[in-house]
Parts: sequence; structure tokens; C-alpha cells
Amino acid sequence: MSKTMKFICGDDAVAEGARLSRPHVISAYPITPQTIVVERLSEFVEDGSLESDFMHVESEHSAMSCAIGISSVGARAFTATSSQGLLYMAEALPYASGQRLPIVMMNANRSIATPWSIFGDHMDSMFLLNSGWIQIYVEDAQEALDMTIQAYKIAETKEVMTPVMVNVDGFILTHTYEMVEIPEQEKVDEFLPPISMPNNSMSLENPKSLCISAGKDTNMEFNMKRHFEMVESEEYIERIDKEFGDAFGRYYHGLMETVNMEDAEVALITTGSVTGTARVVLEEMRKEGKRVGLIKLRVLRPFPTDKVVDALKNVKAFGVLDKNISFGYEGSIFTNVNSSIIEMGDIPKAVNFIGGIGGRDITHHDIEKAYDELLSAADGNSFDRVQYMNVGCDY
Amino acid sequence: MDRPKLKKWNAPQSVREYPLGSTCESNHLTSINSGWRTFKPVIDYDKCVNCLRCFLVCPDGVIDKSGDKLEIDYDYCKGCGVCAVECKLGAIEMVKEVK
Repeated sequence: MSKTMKFICGDDAVAEGARLSRPHVISAYPITPQTIVVERLSEFVEDGSLESDFMHVESEHSAMSCAIGISSVGARAFTATSSQGLLYMAEALPYASGQRLPIVMMNANRSIATPWSIFGDHMDSMFLLNSGWIQIYVEDAQEALDMTIQAYKIAETKEVMTPVMVNVDGFILTHTYEMVEIPEQEKVDEFLPPISMPNNSMSLENPKSLCISAGKDTNMEFNMKRHFEMVESEEYIERIDKEFGDAFGRYYHGLMETVNMEDAEVALITTGSVTGTARVVLEEMRKEGKRVGLIKLRVLRPFPTDKVVDALKNVKAFGVLDKNISFGYEGSIFTNVNSSIIEMGDIPKAVNFIGGIGGRDITHHDIEKAYDELLSAADGNSFDRVQYMNVGCDY
Repeated sequence: MDRPKLKKWNAPQSVREYPLGSTCESNHLTSINSGWRTFKPVIDYDKCVNCLRCFLVCPDGVIDKSGDKLEIDYDYCKGCGVCAVECKLGAIEMVKEVK
């Protein structure tokens, strides 16, 4: 059977993924660079190609609150946001995760004010790393579409029952066009069965209190359960990615993908779209005989501690490319990776490359420079722990 | 008492057995909050005429009207004193708790 290919942008791809996942209700509020996603979905509802209710609400806080209500009655909910919108939603996010509601949200990664900018970095979603949501980061439009579908399957797995945020780099992915394969509805229906909630939804037969308060005697246990089950969702994320690959021919390697790590002397850890640039640089440097490797972190919560340790066990130095700054410390992914490897016997040298803030380009040249810095550190030369990429002046 | 009857909460033996999400059967998982009180409302039945004003204004619904006279559930009364302020007959006195 011939494949359906479309030349679309990342936002279109997410909308296609959402349409194929058949959400019952979409509650949304527009914000650049996410707007196209909900515009497309409203068009799909209008032209009848998607049987959903579309709620155009008055704010992002309402969009998330509606999604919570939708999911609380056992229906499939979709929303999308970005940047300040995500931050405005922040108050509601832990209600969704605490109540274990399998909502899927696309976040178009964008910088946060101030200084105000509409362009992309990872400062918005990093803010919500502790919100109890599974966080997935994608590299291209195809992965954005595919992960929107996978996200529902992950979220609705009865052992997981946790909302999922699919992070798509603002502008770099949301507004650039690629050829994207659109899966067949029939195959998606087979992969993603209708939603079925365990016992945490509203029910007339079995009434319950939802989003209860829990006192000092039980509150900690509720939170521990949620945490343990998020850690264990790792297994289901891996399994679902394999199932998806078997069904659609595209495997994303679960929480983390490695490239040329078997004999790598140094490794660069990337998240999101910049991985594409790193792949090209890696290929060229390999041709020059440099033993460089690449680790693409796809999921930041749950954090793939064991996989990171395993991938880094033979390298002399590694770098973490962070498109965020935890002000007063360093890039957040760097902190997470470092705490993962703390129990390794020989800890490799670690460099944090902070770049792409406020949409600053991370070029082919910047990645090559980062690899050269890592090779130099591996040779025993001194290096700065935190370095900034492509800065226009001295620092 | 006329307020919903509490069901017994059997504390799970393991964190895993806790309910999924912050979801519980109603009237099931409760915390007694009598310890929050500094003053407790005491009804003077010689003055009380069962007008039910206190019953209506109590924010926690701890005043029971099912019997011959009004009764306060001291396990859940937080001692806010709204009932005493609102009672037109001065039939409710806030008495300092002795700890």
C-alpha cells in the first residue's frame, strides 16, 4: 500500500497526530508558536474529519482545567500551549498528574520573559520538570506526529496513568516544513485502543471524591506512589515505542537514543531538534577518524538514569547541551546527568554547553567546537565546567 | 449525627495499595481536626430555640439537627466561631480549650 506523505510543518504534524488519536474534546487557547496546532484541529472539527468537541477557552489555565474535567469523566483530552501559556497553566498541571489523568499536551518550546521573545529554547518546559508530567522531547516533525499518538498510549497505560507533555522546538520544528508520513487511521486505531480509565474517574455507579485533600497522615504516601509509578513508566515507554516501531516502521529507541557510542571516546548529550545538527557533525567528524558519539535524550521525566550510566561507561569526557539555564547554577539537564552518574567508578569529565537561549542559533560550527572541546578535555587539557555557545561578546 | 457517616479507612500496608490518584470513596479518608481549635463553641440549651441559624452558617457542616437538640461534632469543628457570632440569642459561647 502506498504511503501518505504530506509536506507540513511541525505544528501540522502534531495536529495530524492528535486527529489520528481521536480525542473526545480539545480545549485550547492560542499562543505563538503553538497556534497552528489548535487552528488545524478546529478546522478538522469544522470539516468533519475529526469528531471532537472543540472548546475555545479564555486562557491557558482554563484550557488545562477543562482538560482535567474532560479526563475526569474518562474522556480523551488534548491541549497545546507554549511559554508563558504553559507557565500560566502551571497551577493546574499537578492536579492533572496528582489525579493521574492521562491528558496529552503539546508544548511548543519557547523562551520565557523577560526579556520577551517569541523564539525557542527549553526554559518553559524545564520550569515544569517537577510538575509530575512525563516529558518527551522530539527531534523533527515526524517524531512530533508519532509521539503524539504514542503519548496517549503511554498516558493511558493502566500502570502509568500519568499525563504526557510532548515538547516540540518552537519555530525550528513548529514552523519549518518537512515531508511527513501520515499513518493510516485504521492502523492507529489498532495501536491505540479506545480510552479506558481504571478507577480514578467520575462514575455514577461508583461515586467517589476526586482531587481530595489528604492530611499529614497520608499525603506523603500518595505522592510516593505517584513518584514510584512515574519511575516505572520507563518500562512502558520503551515497550510502547517498540510496539509503535513494529506497527509503523519507525523506532525511536524509547527514552534515549545513542549514535556511535560503542567505541566513542567523547559524547555529546542533546535534547530535541538540535540533535539533527549534531548527527551531521558527528558523521563528518567520524570520517576524520574522531571517536565522537551522540546521546539523544528523548524523555527527561522519568529520567533514564540507568541508560545514561550505561551509555557513558566508556567515555573519557561528555558534554550536555542545555537550551536552558537554572539561574544561579547551570543547565538543568547537566545537573540531572551528573547526579545519574555519581555512582560510576570512573566519572568522565563533564562539560555543560549552554546554547540556543532566546532562539540563538546553534550551528554546525558550534557543535563541532563542542566536540573539539570534549576531545581536548579527554586528552587531559583543562576546561571550563560551563561554557556558552555562540555568544556575541566576551563573557 | 445527621452528617454523612464516616466509613472506616483501612490504611494500606504498602504505598502501592494507596488509591490511584487523589481519588477516594467519599467519607472515607478524613483527618480529625479538633486539634486546630483554640476555642470551642458550646451551646447553652436553656437559650437555644432550634432556629438552625448556626446549622446554616457552619462552614464545615458539623452541626447536627437530627436529634431533639442541636449537637456539634467536635472531631471536625475547627473552632472558627462563626456560629457564636451569628447566634442572635447568644446561645453559643466560645470556651477556651484546655490542652
